[in-house]
Amino acid sequence: MKNTVRIVRQFFLIDMIKGFALTFKMLFAKKFTILYPFESTPISPRFRGEHALRRYPNGEERCIACKLCEAICPAQAITIEAEPRIDGSRRTTRYDIDMVKCIYCGLCEEACPVDAIVEGPNMDFSAEDRKKLLYTKDILLANGDKLEPTLAERLKRDAPYR
Amino acid sequence: MELLTHYATTLVTFDNLLMLATTLGIILLIAVPVLLGMAYTTWFERKILGWMHLRHGPMHTGPFGLLQPIADAVKLMFKEPFIPGASNKVMFLIAPMLAFIPVLVVWAVIPFGENPFTGSLMVLANINLGVMFILAVTSIEVYGILLAGWASNSKYPFLGAVRSGAQMVSYEVSMGLIVLAVILLAGSMNLADIVNAQKTVWFFIPAFPAFIMFLVSILAECNRHPFDLPEAEAELVAGYNTEYSAMSFALFFLGEYVAMITMSAFTAILFLGGWLPPFDVAPLNWIPGTIWLLLKIIAILFFMVWARGTLPRYRYDQLMRLGWKIFLPLSFAWLIITAIAVKLLGNLAA
Repeated sequence: MKNTVRIVRQFFLIDMIKGFALTFKMLFAKKFTILYPFESTPISPRFRGEHALRRYPNGEERCIACKLCEAICPAQAITIEAEPRIDGSRRTTRYDIDMVKCIYCGLCEEACPVDAIVEGPNMDFSAEDRKKLLYTKDILLANGDKLEPTLAERLKRDAPYR
Repeated sequence: MELLTHYATTLVTFDNLLMLATTLGIILLIAVPVLLGMAYTTWFERKILGWMHLRHGPMHTGPFGLLQPIADAVKLMFKEPFIPGASNKVMFLIAPMLAFIPVLVVWAVIPFGENPFTGSLMVLANINLGVMFILAVTSIEVYGILLAGWASNSKYPFLGAVRSGAQMVSYEVSMGLIVLAVILLAGSMNLADIVNAQKTVWFFIPAFPAFIMFLVSILAECNRHPFDLPEAEAELVAGYNTEYSAMSFALFFLGEYVAMITMSAFTAILFLGGWLPPFDVAPLNWIPGTIWLLLKIIAILFFMVWARGTLPRYRYDQLMRLGWKIFLPLSFAWLIITAIAVKLLGNLAA
């Protein structure tokens, strides 16, 4: 009996028809591919992308040149030089991150006591010239100014878990 | 010499030259759309296959990726034509041509329907042995593939070519028998007469099992999935065209896709009523027959792509078993049944 059923199924190509029906259905199914440069998957608030240096709302830069990030950086990608400013506050004169050395571990933002250095959501900052990946303080501050609303939102959403 | 001058004076007349020119014009009129159609068959295949895989297929080269075939062709033309040192160079270069030309030659006998203005039949050569011509010419394609495998002097192309030869020969047998059954039904080997015999009912209804077997056979005949053993990547790298690159590779590619279109046209003529509309009623028979033929060709091409998207590749012994132990007896039985039915009830000739 079982054998007869099998032969009948084979003779009338039942399994093949089923397969063809499935692929035909898939022809109209929603496509799975994400067209990356135009679309992207959602990014977690904890995503560790391109770095940014933040400022206070009054425009003063947050970084106090404590050099904790430089100390903790496992790849030694951060270089900081500091001098007292004319008004006596302690600020960096140089804050470089070598984006090629950086391993995007996020320890710098963990270490920062004033939430100055953070990693933002941006991940397409690849360049054809290696020199373009040696970020200076100006670039990092500009990134911070550009992304501040996103960065603030990101820190706020992650705060309960810290 | 005398003979030559005689020929030159008697053959080179204005009428003959005019005929030659019109024939060449018609050949261009057929070959150019077929080649363009081939280019867009690759696009169509990639698109449909992509959709079946839940991908998008080509979509950035022009609207909906429509310029992709042109980009591919340009890329292939600019590549270096590489000839392996161990190969037989002359044969190596002849083989792709031999694989490509026959499939294009077949279009000489394919009728495109009645001319909408004059009502005459649009066909380059309306010969009485049209079916025979198609079977004969498509068989030549095998030589191109065999020659490619042999001339490459390399193991994978050789194995691919041997497989291809065996496969095409095996399936040609049952295909020939099925075609014979259709010829019995139509009572003619002229393709136009076969189409006209389908005015009452398309042959795929009275000859449904034969139609299914024919569809499977053309898949094997065109080396298409699930019978693409000659170029089974997993075992044979790329089969007979492993050593080819640039335009000589493109010619194999062209040959394969033109063969797909040719075989689709052949199936459309044998079983799906060629240029005839499904029902001879008002809105349907306003559309010119050529459009109907085109739609049928596209439907069969879609089936071929659909099969590629659905079925895994056959194992070689399974392929041979299917060809010789199942299709051959079944098509023989079908031929006998058809012959008896035609003898008792008469054929469907118009």
